Amino acid sequence: MIIFILCLAPLMRLGWKAYQQDLGANPIEVITHATGDWTLRFLLITLAVTPLRKILKQPWLIRFRRMFGLFAFFYVCLHFLTYIWLDKFFNVHEMLADVVKRKFITVGFTGFVLLIPLAITSTAGWIRRLGGKRWQTLHRLIYVSAIAGVIHYLWLVKADRTKPLEYGFILFVLLAYRVVVWLGARFGQKGALRGELLKPAKTLE
Amino acid sequence: MLIKKSSDIKWSEVTPQRTYLDRRKFLAGMAVAGTTAVAGLGVRRLISPSVVRADGGSGLAPIQGIQKSPFSTTEKITPFKDVSNYNNYYEFSTDKYEPAALAKNFRTSPWKVTIDGHVKKKQVLDVDEIIKMASPEERIYRHRCVEGWSIVVPWIGFPLSELIKRAEPLDKAKFVEFTTILDMRQMPGQRTNVLDWPYVEGLRMDEAMHPLALLCFGMYGAALPNQDGAPLRMVVPWKYGFKSAKAIVRIRFVDKQPENTWNRSAPNEYGFYSNVNPHVDHPRWSQANERRLGDFFKRPTLMFNGYDQVASLYNGMDLKKNF
Repeated sequence: MIIFILCLAPLMRLGWKAYQQDLGANPIEVITHATGDWTLRFLLITLAVTPLRKILKQPWLIRFRRMFGLFAFFYVCLHFLTYIWLDKFFNVHEMLADVVKRKFITVGFTGFVLLIPLAITSTAGWIRRLGGKRWQTLHRLIYVSAIAGVIHYLWLVKADRTKPLEYGFILFVLLAYRVVVWLGARFGQKGALRGELLKPAKTLE
Repeated sequence: MLIKKSSDIKWSEVTPQRTYLDRRKFLAGMAVAGTTAVAGLGVRRLISPSVVRADGGSGLAPIQGIQKSPFSTTEKITPFKDVSNYNNYYEFSTDKYEPAALAKNFRTSPWKVTIDGHVKKKQVLDVDEIIKMASPEERIYRHRCVEGWSIVVPWIGFPLSELIKRAEPLDKAKFVEFTTILDMRQMPGQRTNVLDWPYVEGLRMDEAMHPLALLCFGMYGAALPNQDGAPLRMVVPWKYGFKSAKAIVRIRFVDKQPENTWNRSAPNEYGFYSNVNPHVDHPRWSQANERRLGDFFKRPTLMFNGYDQVASLYNGMDLKKNF
């Protein structure tokens, strides 16, 4: 519950600042950037759960993974809403032109769309219906989505690529971890590593 | 019908019931927070921005004897607070909210300006001498940033042509080049390689001589705040904002088109001319509309930012090519 409220804090802060007229000269730009930033942050947090729980041997962390993922989706929805409402005023024609013509919007929109099935199938019911393996495969879309998100940011900045590259670096590390684990499981000392990976977690309720 | 094998799902992947239940709370929380944000926004700020002249309180020296100008627009002036806290000034920071604080102690005096190149009177002048060259005028101009936002600013200055005439350019002088100060110690942004420093901009001679092109040293009745380009800057209202160089230390008359900084940085995105033009998109975003700071709705962008009197400068030129 505390974590849940913490995850909402960025939005509440934004709402409070808006109320206090403290969003600066261009509030809509601030909102667009904040919701975009928090989408990326939550995607990275979500992707950090698995490496952290394995490296730190804290299997209970998994409990928060879905929540983080859903928050990423929540912030991307707000980000998208800001765009269609406050930037384009629901002008469908303009938006379509944007999606087709502007690379950074195309890639950002793709990342957003890919998250939709993940949010929908985030329930236990859907895990059951799809079967764990298939569900897991589907949810690897988050990798694509996160990469799309970073590229979206990288392509929209004018000259200063520092921030998008920071996100990109963290994402790279998180994905590299998975590649290493995968390679280890495939080619490494099969017995040892696999045993480690497949060992069921004990602290589940 | 899906028949699951036991190997399909690891216990570690199964969501504990607690997390599952959290999802309901999640949805409820989302609704509450979302409403708060939107309500907070709607209530204030965007609906009725405070306006009018905000010369008082800036603490900057007032400028005496300012003349009104027929070139001024009667549109609502953007609050001083916004114009002095939202600045694209990469020498200080790429974050528009930071230059105000970072430029606070920027030294603008003594300040020398070199006038050289193809002119009869090459000289190094103190900025105070330049300011006294002609009588100060207030020009309330629309200012359109290439990023898609705009403001209305009561600048103070005089036409650049006044300075050019006094410098007596030679026939060879076809362009005027402006250079911003290079001072890494005072300008943290210059310690990064976001752009090639120092910042260089330029105008064709006829553009520079146009009565709208303003050599500017004040705004809102007083001296320029540091973050707005003190002590001396250009204001070229029919071009995107980046064409108006700030903190100028050199005005050089040249025979070749200057290589302006943004053009060097991304030639396909920022041309030499960079006239405000709703029909020529930035490769990554549309230039058809703009958000006037303080407005909720965007407004259509006007050709030459509404300064049609400059159109004749570009007769016969393909402005799609010469963007």
